[in-house]
Amino acid sequence: MKQVISLVKKDILLEWRLQHTFFGILLYTAGTIFILYLAINDPQGPIWNGLFWITLLFMCVQTVAKSFLQENRNRLMYYQTIVSPIQFLFAKLIYNTMLMIVMSLLTLILFSFFMGAPYIHFLQFFWITLAGGISLTLLFTLLSAITARANQHAAMMAVLGFPLMVPQLLLLLKMSKTAFGEVFQQNVFWEMNLLLFALDGLIVILSFILFPFLWKE
Amino acid sequence: MKQYWWKILTVALLFYTFTAGLLIKVPRIGNLEETIRNFFFHVPMWFGQMILFLLSLIYSIRYLRKGNLSDDVYANGFARTGILYGVLGLITGAIWANFTWGAPWNNDPKQVAAAIALLIYCAYFVLRGSMNDMDQKARISSVYNVFAFFIYIPLIMILPRMVESLHPGGQGADGNPALSGQDLDPSMRIVFWPAVAGWTLLGVWITQIFVRINYIQEKKWLHA
Repeated sequence: MKQVISLVKKDILLEWRLQHTFFGILLYTAGTIFILYLAINDPQGPIWNGLFWITLLFMCVQTVAKSFLQENRNRLMYYQTIVSPIQFLFAKLIYNTMLMIVMSLLTLILFSFFMGAPYIHFLQFFWITLAGGISLTLLFTLLSAITARANQHAAMMAVLGFPLMVPQLLLLLKMSKTAFGEVFQQNVFWEMNLLLFALDGLIVILSFILFPFLWKE
Repeated sequence: MKQYWWKILTVALLFYTFTAGLLIKVPRIGNLEETIRNFFFHVPMWFGQMILFLLSLIYSIRYLRKGNLSDDVYANGFARTGILYGVLGLITGAIWANFTWGAPWNNDPKQVAAAIALLIYCAYFVLRGSMNDMDQKARISSVYNVFAFFIYIPLIMILPRMVESLHPGGQGADGNPALSGQDLDPSMRIVFWPAVAGWTLLGVWITQIFVRINYIQEKKWLHA
């Protein structure tokens, strides 16, 4: 656990020192949102919803992609001598989740500022954004590791990830309809939450089982 | 005979599927009319695909445990045949949908899920193609294959059942009345299950040929 914490600390420190990556992604997101704002001024609920999730998805790919791709081969070899793969993955998952929570909220704020806020239940949408950001992060973390191991760029991660994240994205799109005032039976919303978390749990378990195979050369 | 009895069985089962499937008296259900016979061709494709992907998963797990490259060749072959079945399933489905639902593509959740499943496995081949080193290719694509299968199952089994669908089994299904599971007419059942077995075995057969071709190519490559 101590190793995990110091790995997370190392990532945060690195992020702090290399601020251009964080602000680069922020600028990328802001740029995307501004282009959307110029293209579609004040969109209706369903369009807003769709655009929001697509923006979040692209932002997530950018954010998570660098988690493994930034580690060069020699440094990974060094990690292999001091920590176990489980600890390493755990640290990456924690760090990516933290980063994505911040990023998702910033995206939500920027999006609401430029594109208007057609959602009716803010807190509900806030919660769905958080859950969505975390779910996408968990999925893309393992894919980032796969891509890095295959010596590929972030584009490969998108190719692998987009079909795989469809189940989660479908659930999220459906869940966010409640925040736009579409009435479901109360338990259906929680059922979808439960299903999303079941999927997240499945992804985390699979990541922990599969990552050691990517770790060793 | 020990080696190839199941190939004779495949031919016999498929012969039965094509003759009995087109000749037996089928129940008249709603607007299905005679198109109900497509049930013996369309549905076994999805059963077959699921079994082929499952076999692909098993071989990938075996590769990860034992590191035997031939297991990876099998995993690759089964995934490939699975995609072929998916394409055939979509085509037979589109023909059927054209007659009963009015258009080849209805944006039905199951159609969408099946198409996405194909994309997931196509990405597997993109990933394979991106690497040259054989061990690296086998290991990383096996990891992806295991991951992909466990997303594929909820995608096609759970999600379409949660939303309204024209397919049987969806909520508020007013597309096809009662053509699923227990409601299956006994006269349909005696053709349906042999059809599933026949098509699945054919998939295994195709895979075996593919794997053998692959072996010959690798050998040529190794000797050159």
